[in-house]
Amino acid sequence: MAEGRMPERARLERPRGDRGDRERNQALAALTLDPEKIRGKHAALCFATMAVMLGLPLWWKTTETYRAALPYSQIGHLDSMLLRLRVPVSVVFIQGSLPIVDQQKLPFTVVNERDVPLKCKMKLKCRFQLAYRMAGSHEEKAFKKDTIEEAEAALPLPKEDTLGSLNIFVIPEKSSLLPKDKMSYIGPKRTAFVRGTQVRQALTVMGQRILQVAQSMSLTDEVLAAALGDRLPEDKVSLDKRRPLKSSLGYEITFSLLNPDPKSHEVHWDIEGAVENYVQPFLSLLSVVGNFSMDSQILYYAMLGVTPRFDAASSSYTLAAYSLPHVINPVEARLGSRATSLYPVINFLLYVPERAHSPLYIQDKDGARVATNAFHSPRWGGIMVYNVDPSAYNTTKYPVKVDVDMVPVMEVFLSQMRLLFGIPPPQMPENFLLGDPPREGLRSWEVDRLVWARTVENVATVVTTLTSLAELLDKIGNIVIKDNVASEVYRAVDAIQEAVVELSAGNLELAFRYSREAVTSSEKAFFDPSLLHLLYFPDDQKFAIYIPLFLPMAVPIFLSMIKIIVENQKARKDIEKVD
Amino acid sequence: MAAPLVLHLLLALLLGSGGRSGAEPERDSLREELVLTPLPSGDVSATFQFRTRWDSELQLEGVSHYRLFPKVLGQLISKYSVQELHLSLTQGFWRTRFWGQPFLQAPAGAELWVWFQDSVVDVDKSWKELSNILSGIFCASLNFIDSTNTVTPTASFKPLGLANGTNHHFLRYAVLPREVVCTENLTPWKKLLPCSSKAGLSVLLKAERLFHTSYHSQAVHIRPVCRDAHCVSVSWELRQTLTVVFDAFTTGQGKKDWSLFRMFSRTITEACPLASQSHIYVDISRNSQENETLEVSPPPTSTYQAVVLGDRRTYAVYDLLNPATFSGSRSLNLQLRWKQFQDIGSQLVPFLHAQRYVSGYGLQKGELSTVLHNTHPYRAFPVLLLETVPWYLRLYVHTLAITTKGKENKPSYIHYQPAQDRLRPHLLEMLIQLPANSVTKVSIQFERALLKWTEYTPDPNHGFYVSPSVLSALVPNLVGAKPANWEESPLFSTMFPVSDSSSYFVRLYTEPLLVNLPTPDFSMPYNVICLTCTVVAVCYGSFYNLLTRTFHLEEPKRSRLVRIAVKNK
Repeated sequence: MAEGRMPERARLERPRGDRGDRERNQALAALTLDPEKIRGKHAALCFATMAVMLGLPLWWKTTETYRAALPYSQIGHLDSMLLRLRVPVSVVFIQGSLPIVDQQKLPFTVVNERDVPLKCKMKLKCRFQLAYRMAGSHEEKAFKKDTIEEAEAALPLPKEDTLGSLNIFVIPEKSSLLPKDKMSYIGPKRTAFVRGTQVRQALTVMGQRILQVAQSMSLTDEVLAAALGDRLPEDKVSLDKRRPLKSSLGYEITFSLLNPDPKSHEVHWDIEGAVENYVQPFLSLLSVVGNFSMDSQILYYAMLGVTPRFDAASSSYTLAAYSLPHVINPVEARLGSRATSLYPVINFLLYVPERAHSPLYIQDKDGARVATNAFHSPRWGGIMVYNVDPSAYNTTKYPVKVDVDMVPVMEVFLSQMRLLFGIPPPQMPENFLLGDPPREGLRSWEVDRLVWARTVENVATVVTTLTSLAELLDKIGNIVIKDNVASEVYRAVDAIQEAVVELSAGNLELAFRYSREAVTSSEKAFFDPSLLHLLYFPDDQKFAIYIPLFLPMAVPIFLSMIKIIVENQKARKDIEKVD
Repeated sequence: MAAPLVLHLLLALLLGSGGRSGAEPERDSLREELVLTPLPSGDVSATFQFRTRWDSELQLEGVSHYRLFPKVLGQLISKYSVQELHLSLTQGFWRTRFWGQPFLQAPAGAELWVWFQDSVVDVDKSWKELSNILSGIFCASLNFIDSTNTVTPTASFKPLGLANGTNHHFLRYAVLPREVVCTENLTPWKKLLPCSSKAGLSVLLKAERLFHTSYHSQAVHIRPVCRDAHCVSVSWELRQTLTVVFDAFTTGQGKKDWSLFRMFSRTITEACPLASQSHIYVDISRNSQENETLEVSPPPTSTYQAVVLGDRRTYAVYDLLNPATFSGSRSLNLQLRWKQFQDIGSQLVPFLHAQRYVSGYGLQKGELSTVLHNTHPYRAFPVLLLETVPWYLRLYVHTLAITTKGKENKPSYIHYQPAQDRLRPHLLEMLIQLPANSVTKVSIQFERALLKWTEYTPDPNHGFYVSPSVLSALVPNLVGAKPANWEESPLFSTMFPVSDSSSYFVRLYTEPLLVNLPTPDFSMPYNVICLTCTVVAVCYGSFYNLLTRTFHLEEPKRSRLVRIAVKNK
């Protein structure tokens, strides 16, 4: 090429006679033909291309934050998914509970589905799947017994006695098993009896009755309210519903005896026996829901934060309801932190008031004495005041020995524990007869109701956690997403989908297990410390580092680009003018 | 709130098995004690000891019921299978030379050493988690304990309680000399006491006074001990000790007399009702029969004589559980008045004391020296010396020199574990025989390493701390001691297990050292960026200019004269 240009240059340098001609040629040369200028232009273009093709990708690659792929679309779908809760109910008709006509056209299954209105995009449906059949001979025999308890005990074990399933027996209308004014009986297991009818269209009537029983044994409004909390429309949520503890993999229960006045009281409580006899059987039934660990302690000189008021009329001291919120904080400093696990702690305090302040009574909002002399704080625990028998003070020898009667204390603590776990005492319609709970204090279907609530709560929590995590990661591009975070997110998404599938298939136990897995994984991903590493790397610092290099390199390239463009345009204009 | 009736019935049914009377004896006991010692220098040291003994096997499974033993520590022991735990937080330095032998010394800053049970699989993991939890409990920076400051001494730290084996792989030891101890560490410590700070000796623990002292050291020691003389079963012992040294001279306006109120600004009004023993001991050894040098008031109910730390001591004893102690007035305000004060010079220097210093100049090399003094007139005894040096001081082991009286002193046992950069510190343990009345110097040279710029502490020009050397020795007694009943004798004499009566165990710590490392200018990284960028930009700029500039051949302009000349031609 160089050789080819040489003659041209020689020609150009030749002096010309005609001035106009020369100018024109010069303009042309400036535009296209001056090889020196062309070389310069090429060099500048070369630099620019190098900077764009090599420099930019290199810079991009080396400063990029690692962001593993996340299933954003799946998480997006979670938000508006349909959650169908299937309750399998087997309905058994005893001979004579239905008109013969209806018996013959007994359908195999009847499905009843009900929408639960929610505030968010998620949809919730409760589906009761009633499987109808006639009773077998064993079952018939059981209903020949005299009392309902005996009949229940004589029933053969149902084939499907899994978590969340229900067995409802329809007994003849004239049966003497139920008292006359009661329509149904709900037993301590997953079994219920419903009185049959002989009216026309008996099946429809029965269906309604059975559904009412099944609903009150599994998915009541209270259960759903406890599980979904703020997702329900406001009018359905009362303060009471916020009482239960959040779903967790485990709980730590601490019983503390507070003795603020060891000089006058030497308090002794048989907590070993009480835990063994009352608390452990109760918790063993709840072990489906989580791990429980227990301990007890005695704290001396632990005062309440409030000075009780003296009530001259009854010569006793009172703690008014409005001052109760101030009681806990000063005591809590002494309770000791949970050092060894991250599970939530439930505190149960037994307070033996100092001699100068006893007897001490708690007043409710209306000023009446609280019968149990106890109160509880939602999601925290309960406090009970235990007054020393005043006759014990008729002695000269101090400290007075106080032996705590553990039965009333444990009674209060256990009922508080039920409330804190979200198992309120069942409220049934008047014509329902409720069977006594078994020795441990919890009916099987009450546990089931808790598991339903916890599963739904877990699903809702995971959906919130995952959507907010995805939103956050999407919004802030600086966050590094490591592979382990991504894999936890994938695991959570998989588990939650499994849980939803199992819920709609009616396998409560599996669904609960998957939902717990999803909670663990999603929380692990959400709270992974690696997400915070580069979060606070401010932009001005980035610029401060880049500018010393980029400014001197980029400015000449830009300037020469601008120059080239300007010259090009100018030359084009010149040519037009000359032409 | 209504309790369900059903539950009531149910519980009533269960009552039969539930009601057990509280007649059985309590399985835990509390002893508290305060020892007030006028120090040879005129200062006063006060040592509090609170001992909670719990006759229980802390097991991992099952439900634990705590009474006097703090729940938080019990959980810690059972969860991490701790065999023994010793934690001390100290502000100031115990000057052994002037103050005499302490009951229990601790190094400045935080010290933690833990023996794990041999069932622990991953000791390092447990150690890390344990130190993090302790950090939370005591509001101290123990979470900074990691592999770079943890060592496993082979001989210096033997279990103080019952132990089946002494496989040192289950031991971890760390010191944080930088740790500053203050009120926030005292409050959680006080919370562990059964009487909190509401009654008994703990009433005196007023932070404002305790930290206005020359030396403040609080510690927690947990160890298993024999339940009884037969030692078939194990009890757990929690010892909370607190030692303070009051500068009596400055606070007392030139007088060396002191009283409880003047030191603590509190007096004692009652004993802790939970304590089975509550004593105050005042060292009145210097008050001899023929020469009454001091006077304590109120007069003590009894005195106690014992051989403590190799010397015969006399203590005035006040039993707080005895109502007679408070009979005169409602509160007990102990006072000590000197009739004639002995000079410091006349005091005995302790048999064993040590100093440590760093020498050399410049920022490249230096020398660590530890000087050990044996002032015993005629007995030689061996000393175990433990040195932990951080990795950024690279020790030259070949320069290790131990000289006594100008001659080389060969250690009979030496264990050296070299450091690994950013992983573990140097560990040097030696058993050195100290001849009678001698001074032994142990020195080793080191080189300072360059750190990465993120590894410097926030104030690097302050220097880097090197943890103190630890000396463990059996020092011969001056007078023969009778073996005493362990459970009966006062707490201050039962911290270390005694094997024979002719010597006593002492553990001393030297001063922590402060070493300067070569410290860069911390704006340097940015300066470097700017400088390199400038160089690159200049090179690039001229290169770019050279390549893109167009060069013209310009015809030289003819001047007017030349033009005229050409025309005229």
